[in-house]
Amino acid sequence: MGIVSTIRLRLARNRWQLRALRKRRELAPVACRTGRIRRDDILLFSTLRNERVRLPYFLDYYRALGVDHFLIVDNGSEDGSRDYLAGQADVSLWHSAASYRRARFGVDWLNGLQMRHGHGHWCLVVDPDEFFVYPFCDTRPLRALTDWLDASSIKSFSAMLLDMYPKGPVGAEPYREGQDPFEIACWFDSGNYAMTRNPHFGNLWIQGGPRARMFFADQPGRAPALNKVPLVKWRRDYAYVSSTHMLLPRGLNLVYDEWGGEKASGCLLHAKFLDSFASKAEEEIRRGEHYANSHEYRAYQAALGDRPDFWGRWSEKYINWRQLEILGLMSRGNWA
Amino acid sequence: MSVGFLMLCHTALDRAAQVARHWAERGCPVVIHLDRRVAARRHARLATVLADLGNIRFCERHACEWGTWGVVGATLSAATVLLRDFPNVRHVYLASGACLPLRPVAELQAYLEARPQTDFIESVTTEDVGWAVGGLDLERFTLHFPFSWRRNRRLFDRYVTLQRRLGLRRRIPEGLEPHLGSQWWCLTRRTLEAILQDPQRPVLDRYFRKVWIPDECYFQTLVRRHSRQVDSRSLTLAKFDFQGKPHIFYDDHLQLLRRSDCFVARKIWPQAGKLYRSFLRDDAADAARAEPNPGKIDRLFSKAVERRTKGRAGLYMQSRHPNPGWENGRTAAAYSVFEGFAELFENFAPWLGKVAGTRVHGHLFAPDRVQFAGGEPVYDGGLSSSAALRDYNPQAFLTSLIWNTRGERQCFQFGPGDRQEIARFFAADPNAQVSVISGAWAVPLFRSRRPVAEIRKQAAWLQKVESGHLTMLGASWVKARVRVWRLAEFIESPMEPLQTLMDEISPRALRRLTEAPRLVDLTGFDQFLHSLRNEGMKPVLIGDYPARGEAAIARRRQPLLAGGS
Repeated sequence: MGIVSTIRLRLARNRWQLRALRKRRELAPVACRTGRIRRDDILLFSTLRNERVRLPYFLDYYRALGVDHFLIVDNGSEDGSRDYLAGQADVSLWHSAASYRRARFGVDWLNGLQMRHGHGHWCLVVDPDEFFVYPFCDTRPLRALTDWLDASSIKSFSAMLLDMYPKGPVGAEPYREGQDPFEIACWFDSGNYAMTRNPHFGNLWIQGGPRARMFFADQPGRAPALNKVPLVKWRRDYAYVSSTHMLLPRGLNLVYDEWGGEKASGCLLHAKFLDSFASKAEEEIRRGEHYANSHEYRAYQAALGDRPDFWGRWSEKYINWRQLEILGLMSRGNWA
Repeated sequence: MSVGFLMLCHTALDRAAQVARHWAERGCPVVIHLDRRVAARRHARLATVLADLGNIRFCERHACEWGTWGVVGATLSAATVLLRDFPNVRHVYLASGACLPLRPVAELQAYLEARPQTDFIESVTTEDVGWAVGGLDLERFTLHFPFSWRRNRRLFDRYVTLQRRLGLRRRIPEGLEPHLGSQWWCLTRRTLEAILQDPQRPVLDRYFRKVWIPDECYFQTLVRRHSRQVDSRSLTLAKFDFQGKPHIFYDDHLQLLRRSDCFVARKIWPQAGKLYRSFLRDDAADAARAEPNPGKIDRLFSKAVERRTKGRAGLYMQSRHPNPGWENGRTAAAYSVFEGFAELFENFAPWLGKVAGTRVHGHLFAPDRVQFAGGEPVYDGGLSSSAALRDYNPQAFLTSLIWNTRGERQCFQFGPGDRQEIARFFAADPNAQVSVISGAWAVPLFRSRRPVAEIRKQAAWLQKVESGHLTMLGASWVKARVRVWRLAEFIESPMEPLQTLMDEISPRALRRLTEAPRLVDLTGFDQFLHSLRNEGMKPVLIGDYPARGEAAIARRRQPLLAGGS
């Protein structure tokens, strides 16, 4: 890449950072416990709205992995999420009533918080319906992974979004608070993903899975991106560009090997298709606060009318990370 | 008392203290070297924790930057203290703070007592290529390394290149035969004393101070001057990955480590509590007293390195996206592309599935939809039959299909009426077997019984596409196994080519085809071709179709059918 594009990307990064600083003013602290963050803590950042029922399992899942502190932005929840989070000893909570869309779908808020609190820490950025799975996650804590990444001089870790769905119509089985969402949505598509390289940022752009198959079969270009780099050893001059799909400086996007080998990678199990999905889609369309004018949700709603069933005889039932590795969705790389 | 330990520590001091205590309490003296870069406060705490043990010493501290003399300096200082303070020690074992004993101390003592004269140190000549990971072996001894590899990698590399270009070399001292090997050894008192008291030591030390990674060559080289008996292997299980970094052991390696029968392993993840709890116990003595056998662990780690460097053939995923030419297998398995067969035989797909035992799809790249076997709307791995999704990234579609169906050979039909983009991909794929009956697209046109004037244009178009396709298949970069027959030539004797293809698809079957696919009725085909020609379209790809007509063809069909059941 030439010097011109390097400079251009540097300027873009500075612009996102300034924007993050500006947008940070939209955040009002509700419960700020960041003083408790120790030097080596693993931090989790998230933005959410009306996710009360999911929160207990979400927090417990990541606590068990070894996340030390949660930094969460609540975007105007009305279902008690805010009080629940404020009562957790390892959560620092901010509130924002401003536009999610104009904070670039929360990226600006989180960039701002990460700039302030994430410097020098391993930071995991996930939504409340995303569950991080990495090689050996059943026997080794997250700290083992980050220690290994440190020792290997790796700064960012890829985890593709894997859409999970139930057998039968979405929402047929209601989700109970505290329940493992993958007791209901335990199926996934194992091998219908297409990837291309983004020449500008160097990241891979992955599309496919059940959403592409069910909702975007006639306009595949609009299918949602599934590539994510949620785990980064953060420095204050880094910035997420678009959700956690890509970062600057773009070296952080090189989470894939180009010479035939496999780098280590994980998956984000996506518990989107639960009973809350239909109401969420409706609400998001009304608010118009989602990506590309909520196009995605519109497509869902159109299809949801006839109670879609993602399941088919080729669907794969989730067992563990080893299964995902054998299927080629993630890799141990040289971690053994 | 027969064995004493030297421990080089810099992080995870709690764990180091735990291991040192384990050894010391079982009568083995330990000398601890603590990296000078560790804060004095932590040094003091370590000393306090171990203060109750009389056979633990601390030695003079050196700054141990990786790859520099400091590590050897530390070892020499610690060894001096150990030999001086503990005259009963007969073997000296060099370990690190991240080491963990896997077998009881008594077993190690017994093992060493049975081999009182043996020095256990991996020591291989620099000609033994492939010991060192990455580039330098003999050059470690002959070049200058004034720049830190950790901090100034670019300068380091450039200076190496410069010296190579200018032919700058250091002289290796007289009588020194460069050897390399693992840093972790176990030497006899006699050998170690000889090394420490070598009259030439000041000269040698001065030389080795400027050698690259001296901890992997100082003792390994000098032991050859003094030892009576070298067993060139390390008693410490330490594996390195493709970048030369040590592999780390975790709780889930417990069984592997147990079965390795090695005496000491490194590196252990400091938080692998289960490993520390399990191995720092005395009741583990019931294990068989076998020779160290790290074979299983070797395999595990070499597989990991292979996965990282070569990856799985035909897999495209979030962390493996090879550049063109670096795929190490464009697809995961062998597959067959048939062009023109389904047009010429009535029941080609079911016949092929039966005789070859493979999955036979229709035209996967048909413009309207993907014709999966059995007409399924969704196929293995969740692949959709939507043409738009497939055409969005045809290559991903095909590679996914082949990956998803590993273990079952895939066959599909292809032709000039299909989306052509994928053809360049499979043509360059050594896994593809491409068999073409050129001109077979004319058969469905003939059988449609539509007026020739109406289909002339379409025929011309198909012929043009196929002609371009065949030209491409003849290119020098093509790696697929390509076979092309002209239609006329093929129907002269169809069984022979079919037999060849079947033998290739299932080589183990090795049987004659007893059942043949049914040829479509070609009565009147010669007249059809004639009219095409008269309409101004010359069907060149079909070959010399016998104008004598039906009689000849009919005769050809007979034996073919007779061969069937």
